[in-house]
Amino acid sequence: MNKLFSYFQESFFHDFSWIPSSLERATAPPDPRHEHFSAFLTGKLLLRNEIPLDNESFQQMESSELLATIPAIEKHPWGYKCRRCGNRKRHLFASLPDGAVYCRNCIMMGRVSEKEHLYAYRPDVQWPKHVDACQWNGELTPAQQHAANQILSAIGKDSLRLLVWAVCGAGKTEMLFPGLNLAFAQGKRVCLATPRADVVQELLPRFQSAFPSVEIQALHGTSDDKSGSAPFIIATTHQLLRFGRAFDVMIIDEIDAFPFHKDKSLTYAADRAAKETAARIYLTATPRPKHEREIARKRLPVVFVPRRFHGHPLPVPQFITAFDFRKTLKHRELSPKILNWLKKRVNADRQLLIFVPTIEDAVIVTDILSFYIPSITSVHASDPERSQKIQSFRDKSYETLVTTTILERGVTFPSVDVLVFDSGHHVFDQAALIQIAGRAGRSPDDPDGEVIFFHQGKTEAMVKAVETIWKMNKLGRRM
Amino acid sequence: MHCLNCHEIILHQVTWSNLFSPPSDKKICENCFSQLERISLPQCSICARPMDVNGICQDCERWESEESWRGILEKNVAVFNYNETMKGIVARWKYRGDYILIEMFKYELQEVFQLHFSQQDLLLVPIPLSQERMGERGFNQALAIASLIKAPVREVLTRIHGEKQSKKSRKERVNTENPFQLLEQVSKPVLLVDDIYTTGTTLRHAAKLLKEGGAPAVYSFTLVRSG
Ligand SMILES: [Zn+2]
Ligand SMILES: [Zn+2]
Ligand SMILES: [Zn+2]
Repeated sequence: MNKLFSYFQESFFHDFSWIPSSLERATAPPDPRHEHFSAFLTGKLLLRNEIPLDNESFQQMESSELLATIPAIEKHPWGYKCRRCGNRKRHLFASLPDGAVYCRNCIMMGRVSEKEHLYAYRPDVQWPKHVDACQWNGELTPAQQHAANQILSAIGKDSLRLLVWAVCGAGKTEMLFPGLNLAFAQGKRVCLATPRADVVQELLPRFQSAFPSVEIQALHGTSDDKSGSAPFIIATTHQLLRFGRAFDVMIIDEIDAFPFHKDKSLTYAADRAAKETAARIYLTATPRPKHEREIARKRLPVVFVPRRFHGHPLPVPQFITAFDFRKTLKHRELSPKILNWLKKRVNADRQLLIFVPTIEDAVIVTDILSFYIPSITSVHASDPERSQKIQSFRDKSYETLVTTTILERGVTFPSVDVLVFDSGHHVFDQAALIQIAGRAGRSPDDPDGEVIFFHQGKTEAMVKAVETIWKMNKLGRRM
Repeated sequence: MHCLNCHEIILHQVTWSNLFSPPSDKKICENCFSQLERISLPQCSICARPMDVNGICQDCERWESEESWRGILEKNVAVFNYNETMKGIVARWKYRGDYILIEMFKYELQEVFQLHFSQQDLLLVPIPLSQERMGERGFNQALAIASLIKAPVREVLTRIHGEKQSKKSRKERVNTENPFQLLEQVSKPVLLVDDIYTTGTTLRHAAKLLKEGGAPAVYSFTLVRSG
């Protein structure tokens, strides 16, 4: 019942019929006067002050119906809804002295009130067609090739969703190349959205060298060019709040990652940024239960990439009980179980990556371990030296890095053993533990790092994480 | 109730000291509130600038040394220091236009007003905004503050020049034409209301007109004191 309701809710609140549809758009004749401008305007929902035109030209565009004028806030018997960010929470609306209701949720992008409008460009825009744009010469592994074929066929068809369930280290970027090659040949507009700005920055040069003839723009909070006028946009999910019915292909990286699965306005924006007929490709190493249910009911097609690009299986976490972990930590000591393991490490040449539940734990553990391991440091989310420390660890200036869950995804180090202290702590959910285990064995030169969960009692998250890793390794052997 | 600043739900912690008092309808949570700084002594007795010892600050001394400006402004009272948290809140309130944020400070504004001005029969006069700014912002921040205080408010000033003055030197600013115009005579002492006291130039220009227009004394009241 609850699920049915939420399904109903989603289809109701994700109603974007107020955006001029692409069919309607196709009928409006393109206006040569605004040709250079149309790439910037198309697929956007902009405020008046985001459109760089003087009042006269603006009014001309509006009256010739090149621009659709859309009220920004919907009023319903149950309350208000912001069309720009999807906000429906009562406490995130307020009114101005003249009574006009405004949205507080997306106010950092400029305030929208009942009196303001969003402007959408009606005419259809033709994007350049690049045949054989892909210049990448590498070779896909059989597992990558299998997924790449599925992605290609999803992009070839309309209105298809596909979840790519690829293990950490599968090489997902390259799997997209054949599909994108097809998309650009057909003149499709593509968006790759990811939760983190550093991933946007890392991906841009890789796609630029693979597709040198295609114009690609990176959009994130601090990017210089925010015009968003290219046929291929790589963006943080926040940037999608300015788009509406823009993309023929919508790729969402790490669909399970925070803040994407928590912030409803980002789900709303990602949904809206894709055209009605768009192919939607979701990438993840650890799907959320919602998507797993959809997969089980055969509502969401899925392709597994159970093998890492180097062909070796995922390191399987070992459990070691350390019931005295908290007790010994209070006395500023580490559990003998941990110390013992450190003494008898199989491969002491590897760097050590240690995950702890809290910032306080990180500080204490680092302090204690510095007695045994002189070259050690810790990082956490609000650490101002975070990126320098990660870089120093990568440069092997540190032997050991103690971290909170902030390093659970994205960052890769070639040769590490991974330890989790108090792995039963609630911050380590199943997805986090799989991602953490995925930090080990990333390099083909050293594919078997150890992963140890030191715990004070097994949790369901720990058991499920290991089951999932086993399942993937089993699937991988069959390929 | 959600905190207007961080949107988290405000939990009412029942302690022995508040057990018998009615639940407050505070719109800011403990955590956010603890990041703000109330203005405290020692401070300049005219403009409330934080100082090492009580006294009159250099800026105010300069104003008072000029014949034409002496005694124009009796004193300024401010509620908060302009620390980083406050800067962020003011930016969101004024420049992003999140009008409702000012309600977070209702209690403190009322409390400080009571403490300093409740003995007098004052007329509250908000510093006006230009037409242009008003159009963009949709509200006058000074009027928003004044409306939270239980005292009569009258908008007797209007702005004839825009707000931009930051490029000019102090001397230029002081001696430029008065940016305001008085719409009607006043007979009561006036409490000028504005969001920030920075150099005091704006408030003194307004005070001068009011005194010429019949106000026996002019005080000012601001949410924050910068510098
Ligand atoms: Zn909104
Ligand atoms: Zn708060
Ligand atoms: Zn002073």
